[in-house]
Parts: sequence; C-alpha cells; structure tokens
Amino acid sequence: MEKYWGFIIPVVSVLVALIIAAFVILSVGKSPVEAYIIMVKGAFGSAGAIVNTIVKTAPLVLTGLAVGFGFRAGVFNIGAEGQMIMGALTATAVGINLGWAPPYFALSLTIISGMLAGAGWAAIAGYLKAKTGAHEVVTTIMLNWIATYLSAYMVQVPLAVGSGTPKSPEIAPSAKLPVLMKVGPLEMSAGIIISVIAAIVMYVVLEKTTMGYEVKAAGFNPYAAEYGGISISKNITMSMAISGALAGLAGVVELMGVHHRFLGTLSGGKGFDGISIALIGQNHPIGIIFAALLMGALRTGSNEMQFAGISKHIVMIIQGIVIFLVAADRIVRTMILWRKRRKVKA
Amino acid sequence: MRVLEALLDVFRNPQFYSISLTASTPLIFASLGGVFSEITGVVNIALEGIMLMGAFVSTAFTYYTGDPWIGILMAMVVGMGVAWLHAWASIKWWGDQIVSGTAIILMAQGITGFLMKPVFGQVGQTDLEKFKMVKHITREINPIIKPIKLPIPEKTFLGQAIGTISPLVILAFVSVFIGWFIIYKTTLGLRMRSVGENPEAADTLGVNVYGIRYFGVMMSGVFASIGGAFLSVGDTGIFKELMTGGRGFIALAAMILGNWNPIGAMLASILFGASEAFANQLQSSKLIEVSSSVKPLFNMVPFVVTLIVISGFIGKTRPPSADGVPYKKTD
Repeated sequence: MEKYWGFIIPVVSVLVALIIAAFVILSVGKSPVEAYIIMVKGAFGSAGAIVNTIVKTAPLVLTGLAVGFGFRAGVFNIGAEGQMIMGALTATAVGINLGWAPPYFALSLTIISGMLAGAGWAAIAGYLKAKTGAHEVVTTIMLNWIATYLSAYMVQVPLAVGSGTPKSPEIAPSAKLPVLMKVGPLEMSAGIIISVIAAIVMYVVLEKTTMGYEVKAAGFNPYAAEYGGISISKNITMSMAISGALAGLAGVVELMGVHHRFLGTLSGGKGFDGISIALIGQNHPIGIIFAALLMGALRTGSNEMQFAGISKHIVMIIQGIVIFLVAADRIVRTMILWRKRRKVKA
Repeated sequence: MRVLEALLDVFRNPQFYSISLTASTPLIFASLGGVFSEITGVVNIALEGIMLMGAFVSTAFTYYTGDPWIGILMAMVVGMGVAWLHAWASIKWWGDQIVSGTAIILMAQGITGFLMKPVFGQVGQTDLEKFKMVKHITREINPIIKPIKLPIPEKTFLGQAIGTISPLVILAFVSVFIGWFIIYKTTLGLRMRSVGENPEAADTLGVNVYGIRYFGVMMSGVFASIGGAFLSVGDTGIFKELMTGGRGFIALAAMILGNWNPIGAMLASILFGASEAFANQLQSSKLIEVSSSVKPLFNMVPFVVTLIVISGFIGKTRPPSADGVPYKKTD
C-alpha cells in the first residue's frame, strides 16, 4: 500500500476538491454537472481546444518542475512567478535585437539569457537564505513584486512600443519557436517539447547523478548531509538557481512560443500554479507533466465556463483545496483507511 | 538638488505622517496576528489570505447592513474561521504549515473572486452606487468607518498629521499593547511561549499544547482580518480583487524583524508603512516632475525596503524554537 500513496493522495485530493467545488457552484445556483461538462468540452472537445490546452500546459510543466525541484532540495520557491517574469523580460530584451542572427543562434541565445535571468533572480533568495537565514518564502514574494513592477516600468519606458496596453516590440522572427501545428488561428509551438525535455533532464539529474543525490540529501535532512560533507549553503543557492532557471524557461517558452512580445499578462499566475502542480505531481518529473496537463485543462476549460456565467476563480478554489489536502495528507490517508476499516467490519 | 529638496519636503508635509499611519495599520494588525500564531509554534503565512477575506467580508456586510462596524465584526468571525482551518491542518493533522498557508491564500483569492458577482453584482472592484442599483437598496450606506477628531488644534502640524484619525488606527495600537500584555504578563502568555519553545516540556507540565496552539492561530485570524478590513471599510470603502497586494507577507517580515514581539512587530510595521507612504508622497511631489510611466518604480519601494531590511537584520532575531514544527502527541 505504502508504495501507492504517492499516487493515491493527489488523485483523491483532486476528486475531493472537484466535489467541494461542485457544491460551491451549486451555491450560486448553477448546475455543477453542466459546468464540468462545459469545462471538459472546453479543454478537450475539439482539435482547437486540445491545442489550446497543450499550449497552456507547456509553461505549467516548467513552473511545476521549478517548484518541484525546489521542494526536492528543501526550499520552497514561491517566487516562480517573479523568475518567470524576469526570464521573459530578459529574453525579450535579447530577442528583439537578434534580427541579424540565424535561427539556431537567435533561439539558443534568447533561451539561455532568459534561463540565466530566472536563475539569477532566484539565486538572490537562495544566497540570502544561505548567508543570512532570511526565509525564501518572504524574500521570493518580495522579489515577485519587484519583478512585477520592474517589468511594468520596462514596457512603459525603455522597451515600450505603440500605444494602448503597455507592451514591448515583437522579438525577431528568428527568435520565435518553430510552430508544430496550426488549428485555425491557434498555433502550437515547440514549447511543449522543450518542457518535456526539461522534465526528462530533471529526472536524470535527480535520479542518476551525484549532484542530484546531494540535492536530495540536503533537502531530506540538511544536518546529516552537512555532516556527510555536502555544503548546505552552496546547495541552497544552487538549488534556487536551478529552480529559477526552470521558471525563467517557462517565461521564455511563453514569450517565444505564444505572445512573441512582453505583455503584462504574460506570467498570469502560472508561477503560482507551479506550486499546485508540483504538489499534485508529488515533485516527480513525470507526475508533474500530468499535473500540469490537468491544470492546463482546468485553465482552458474554465475559460469556457466563464461564458456560462461561472467565474473562472473556481479553478483557484479547486487548487486551494487540493494543496490543502496534500499539505495535510494524513486527512486523505485517514479518510481512505477509515472507509477500508468499515468495509472489513461489514 | 531638486531631488534632495523634494525628499526633505516629504518629511515636512504633515500628510506624510497621516498616510504613514494609514499604510502601517493593516501591517500592525497582521503582524500582531503573526506573533500570536508563531509564538505558539505555528507558522502562519496564510495572513495574506485571511486579510483578503477580512477585506471582502467586511465590505459585504457593510454594504448589506449599512454599518461598517458590523462588517468588522463579521470579518473577525470569518477570519477566525479561516485561521481555524489552518490550525486544524497544522495541529491536528501535522500538515506542512507553509503549504497549508499557501493553500489558504489560494482559496481566499479564489473565493473572493468567485463571489464578487453574486455578492456585489460586479467583478474587479465594488462600486457602492452600482451595488445599490443592482440590489435595489435605497437607504443610505456609509461604507467607511467614520474617523474621529482628536482634541488637537487643527492649525498645528500635529493636528494636521493625526488630528483626524480612524478609530481602527487607535485600535491597532491598543491591540498591540494588549497583545504584549497577554504574551509577557499573563499565565496564558507564559503557556503560549512555552508551547512555542518546548511543547514536550509544556505537555509534561500539564499545558494543553493543542488547545493553546488553536488559540494562538485563531487569534492571528482575528487580527489579520481586522487588518484586511481596514484596507476596505477602514480606508477606501471599496473591495478590490487581490487588494491586499502582498501586505500579508510584509507583515510576516515585520514580525520577524520585530523579533516575534508585538511591540517590535509594530515598530517594523511602521517602518514598512512609512516607506510606502514615502514613495507615495514622492511621486506626487510638486518639486520634481514624475511622469506616470515611472510610477511602477515607486510602487517597488516598500518591497525593496522589506527585502533589504529582512536580509540585513535577520540572524539578529530568533524565532520560537518549535516554530513550524508539528507537535506529535504520543498517547
């Protein structure tokens, strides 16, 4: 049984959350069955819907990996949102200036610059935790707000173009991710491939390398790890940087694959979604891919629900309940064991 | 030179001090809440979410009943309930307190956003006139708690700065001193601190560890929700989605900076509140011209100040020993 808990807890949590959310929908006088049918149709009902869901899933896999990698290393990176913004912002500044460069050069330079920016932004929090003990939850939240306002300034003054909504110019065509599939106006870029590769790389690093072993050891029991010769302060900074690089990559994928320019709504809570995704996926790269697909589907489907008069905030409520149940996983365990005991008695 | 002049001018303006107080008040309440929870050993990052619920609930009840004090009262009740949820997960189920706190923040953001339309008849932010029209209410509604006039001559500097003040601002300072008294001068406070420092020892001596922790966390809900309610019915009279804007986390930083002491947390809250007021005043200064497009840089100030202060001073303060550690009672 113990072996399967990692699978059972998130699945049961999601089901319980969907049931509670059904009552919330009922409480405002709408039919939850209808709402969920609209949601599923909106996420998977047509070729366009599926493409839309996959496009939404790509950056979510990466923010999920970012937070999940942090958890494995014993840090709570609640700042994926800010790192994503910094990644996309830096990639924009680089990408708009690469009109002269051939695609392979422009693509790799833009991607790397975005990842480095995300890594650097997160490393600030890692360094502060290692050197002064400042908790990463507080510092990364502050860095989120700073990144938000910094980007708002950047697209209003130095990088601004046109009038209306503040935005940057488009990045060079050679810095746009290649399009894999087109359904009507919807384009699916290679972003999803980048995300899946990142998940595989993270799996290999964590399970097959010395570095991965050290990261996990430091996350599991920092004191024992330090005694075993692993430098904790180095590990914290590095783990945050890697986590931030993944979040930065999420921003890059969103920029180079979807919007092609920096807009205020580019991150749109995807960094915070990463927390739910990492917890539902139990911090396992493969679990995270499926959790991101679930979240991508919820996000796409909830847009359709909005047309039926049900606020898409319902997704946040579902996420909150799932995270709550995963945090206190003994609630779910007790629930399942209690039902089993009752069966044995009967 | 003009910039320096403008900087100095901010301090000469009585308005700076009144805005500082307004900006500090939600932080003072929330950081006091943080102290009550963490002193008993439960980390409560849910403050941000509880504040948001407080702001929402107080606005809703104020709009429906016409009395902002009923709004505040209901915010306290709901805040206590939300905090109970966190306490239940953290104390009874030994849940990860930071993750549970994150969950509560998300739930609060989701629920307040979801209920905007059904409760206020519109999304984004509330509008009293539109609300009355949609809900067919004709009677007078006063959405803000009336400020009171202190007996200070109006013409003086002090009179202009704090002569007219919200009773909630005064309540914030009173709460801090009551909180300090409870924590450091009463048996209950001694028990709270002992449960946060060494729950095993406290348990051996017959202290109800779980009970005391529930009390600490639920009190934090009461204070944080008043802090949130101040943002709406204490100050602006409206509720806006996500209107807490990170203040719950700044309050956490104030609690850490204040060394988990109500008075220290209050002083740190005033520092952070003043930095917000400072940025606010500077961008509307008549001596320098600030175009609206650089406003985001000014909005950054409180967060930068918090980040710098928190990393500079930490290590010089010490959390309760059992802070964040579930107490696993062995029967």
